[in-house]
Amino acid sequence: MRRRRDALPGLSLTLSLTVGGLLLFIVVPLTTVVATSAHLTAGRFWAAVASPRAIASYRLSFGASLVAAAACAPLGLLFAWVLTRYRFPGRRLLDALIDLPFALPTAVSGIALTTVWAQTGWLGRPLARAGVPVAFTAAGVTLALIFIGLPFVVRAIMPVLDALGHEPEEAGAVLGASRWQTLARITLPTLLPAVLTGVALAFARALGEYGSVVFIAGNLPLRTEIAPLLIMTKLEEYDYAGATAVAVVLLAASFLLLLVLNRAQAWTAERTGMTASRIG
Amino acid sequence: MRVARFTRTLLTTAILPLGAALLGACAKTGTPSATGGAVEILNVSYDPTRELYEAYDSLFAGHWKAKTGQTVTVHQSHGGSSKQARAVIDGLEADVATLGLAYDIDAIAAAGLTDTAWATKFPNHSTPYTSTIVFLVRAGNPKGIHDWPDLVRPGITVITPNPKTSGGARWAYLAAWGNALGRNRGDSAAARAFITQLYAHVPTLDPGARGATTTFVERGIGDVLLAWENEALLATHKLGPDKFAIVIPSTSIRAEPPVAVVDRIVDRRGTRAVAEEYLRYLYSPEAQEVAARNYYRPTDSAVAAQYAAQFPHVALFTIDSVFHGWHAAQTTHFADGGIFDQIYQPKAAPQPAVVAGTSP
Amino acid sequence: MSRRRVRPTDDPAVVRWVLTALALGVFGVLVGLPVAVVVAGALRHGVEAYLRAITDPLTVDALQLTLLVVAVAVPVNIVFGVAAAWALAKFDFPGRAALITLIDLPFAVSPVISGLVFVLLFGGRSLIGPWLIAHGWHIVFAPAGIILATVFVTFPFVARELLPALEAAGRTNEEAALVCGATGWQTFWRVTLPNARGALLAGVALATARAAGEFGAVSVVSGHIRGRTNTLPLHIEILYNEYDFSGALAVATLLVALALVTLAIRWAVDAHAARDAA
Repeated sequence: MRRRRDALPGLSLTLSLTVGGLLLFIVVPLTTVVATSAHLTAGRFWAAVASPRAIASYRLSFGASLVAAAACAPLGLLFAWVLTRYRFPGRRLLDALIDLPFALPTAVSGIALTTVWAQTGWLGRPLARAGVPVAFTAAGVTLALIFIGLPFVVRAIMPVLDALGHEPEEAGAVLGASRWQTLARITLPTLLPAVLTGVALAFARALGEYGSVVFIAGNLPLRTEIAPLLIMTKLEEYDYAGATAVAVVLLAASFLLLLVLNRAQAWTAERTGMTASRIG
Repeated sequence: MRVARFTRTLLTTAILPLGAALLGACAKTGTPSATGGAVEILNVSYDPTRELYEAYDSLFAGHWKAKTGQTVTVHQSHGGSSKQARAVIDGLEADVATLGLAYDIDAIAAAGLTDTAWATKFPNHSTPYTSTIVFLVRAGNPKGIHDWPDLVRPGITVITPNPKTSGGARWAYLAAWGNALGRNRGDSAAARAFITQLYAHVPTLDPGARGATTTFVERGIGDVLLAWENEALLATHKLGPDKFAIVIPSTSIRAEPPVAVVDRIVDRRGTRAVAEEYLRYLYSPEAQEVAARNYYRPTDSAVAAQYAAQFPHVALFTIDSVFHGWHAAQTTHFADGGIFDQIYQPKAAPQPAVVAGTSP
Repeated sequence: MSRRRVRPTDDPAVVRWVLTALALGVFGVLVGLPVAVVVAGALRHGVEAYLRAITDPLTVDALQLTLLVVAVAVPVNIVFGVAAAWALAKFDFPGRAALITLIDLPFAVSPVISGLVFVLLFGGRSLIGPWLIAHGWHIVFAPAGIILATVFVTFPFVARELLPALEAAGRTNEEAALVCGATGWQTFWRVTLPNARGALLAGVALATARAAGEFGAVSVVSGHIRGRTNTLPLHIEILYNEYDFSGALAVATLLVALALVTLAIRWAVDAHAARDAA
């Protein structure tokens, strides 16, 4: 990459602020996790992070988070599309309420979700009768994670869809493309980076989520126990090193996944020319 | 450009309070406690004692005022027993710790914050009130649950919190184990079989005792809740005496929630006198009445006799007599890879006799 | 903003209806019902009991602490978020993706760990904790620790909202302004920010909501001292654990209200901007 003098100022100021803030508030605190887990010998570290129970909890946490994040993609597109493109009574209210899963304390969300989905709940009862129990199963965990993750995807797509406007699609239509072709060739590819961002964030949040999930999860070892609960469990045993060991595994995994998704996002953005105006 | 001005105001107002508020928030909050006519102490306690200490704190304030002329303010902090102990170890300035089980105060002592012989400082192993584990069932006891073996009958759903994260759940687990030992002439294999069966009837393990109560009471899930006796009494009184009934099993465990002064803190803050009196006064007849009214079994025999109707006789065994103390119980049953972990081993895998999780 | 006229790219009415109904339905089941549970529960014992719950002195204490936390954590986020979005959106440099990922990381950290890191850093068994405590500087189990944990948890919001907007806007506007002789600051204030206003406000709203509602991380560093270190979410937990279900949900509606207030501010600013633009 050839460096040349840049017309835009402020890189050094903003970059140092960013890196400084990250170091101060994020990186230094997180190193304590690694440092604490380093008290363990390699063997005990392995025993803590690779016990059958830990592996089962990773499987549930990663699986449910992936399914939930994936489910958030079409749902997020739907909400963003309806909220940006259509005008209907209550649109602004819907726009407002989309953020509510952020505002409610996670414990309240958990209680509310359980009230709705437990086998005695408003929707849980008919479902349980139909042979589809939701609460205390992986389905319940996934549902809670969709609830938590949805705003990320909607909010990531909406500004881009808004900025995109109708013009590119109109151009496509004028040039003789069918509606489907326009959507598939113009709109969706442009939205793809934003969708990926949203999905990445929803996934990341889902992986670490504790408060709203424990109420609906069931928490049975090997079956409905999420990885963050395992961390709590180890803390209750005064096993800081073991708790941070599991945390390090989760952190490393989500860092890698986020990195891959962010690279994919940058790559699709590059390809669709969203950032063509960047230094090339 | 009014928008630009607005955004600029937003940003500048953002920076100003930043420094000021951060400084203010970090301000020296270490209160010099025993100044003149007023003193403040912090009681770090576990979850189910909220109502008890709310009542006791005002009783004690009157007592201390009469005795010394000083006004005492007792601040309360409640949470899961081990979580609270961890907070004290990590710097929460508790003058006294009143927790759910001795193991957690041992952890505070092991961190050097209090004398390891804390249990000898006050009567009854520093336990001013006790409780036990009972069953809470639906009104009229429709499933006919009367004793421990009934819990593992087909079709019975049992609600109990997670012993890994809840002190009360550990007492419940040990009560079940002790009862099974008694029924099987001390055969621990039989006790283990019973515990394994019992937890197969548990659909969800809430992280805390009150979460489990909510699952049972509010959600209407489960046929029986294994609960602290004080919690069961409180829940029935608060949430509807006509909806639930308490079943006293044939045997149960004597749950001993201990108290201790946190030496390091009281010596630094100069609050030893008031902290020690705060715990000593728990044994007075007035305080014992408060405990009984809040559904804890008093240790004072006169008060106990007065409230005998509220606390039916149960054959109680203790953690020391059956489990050789909390340390042994913790290591054998609840530690990583202990028996509780083993009963959740995958069905296919052979049950390892030693620590689980080290196998490949 | 949007002009009402028929375009070739407008969806047919049927599609519009179906998609809108679908969105409303999904929303109702997924988010609406749980929120309805909260509101219905809060009013279970009548309006009077509701008012009593939200004017209780301990609730007021918790509300004040929550507002303090928001007042510090959100501005911190704005400063870092704007700086990060500028650097990451307008420039390309090695390690850019890694930096974005680092900003995202707090989302992925389990709330328990987000609180625990500050206990490990400033607690009684850390390197500097005992010294701080001996000198009366309380960070964990005091408001400062709660603020730090909240900054940690909400760190990504503003940056994450601004970044796509600034990226989509590209650099041409700024370059034009600079060519016309504006200084860097002028360009930023007059060109960049007005265009990204919506995204900035969205980020602020999300950060505010999350800062007010954060439970897990704050629970670890709070110490739960009644009237002193309880934020609204912690107070809700206490009420819930006292079997005061309707009281707990009543206080929870305060947080819903707070989220709606931030939203009203966003609308007001939008309307204002629309008038200015006209």
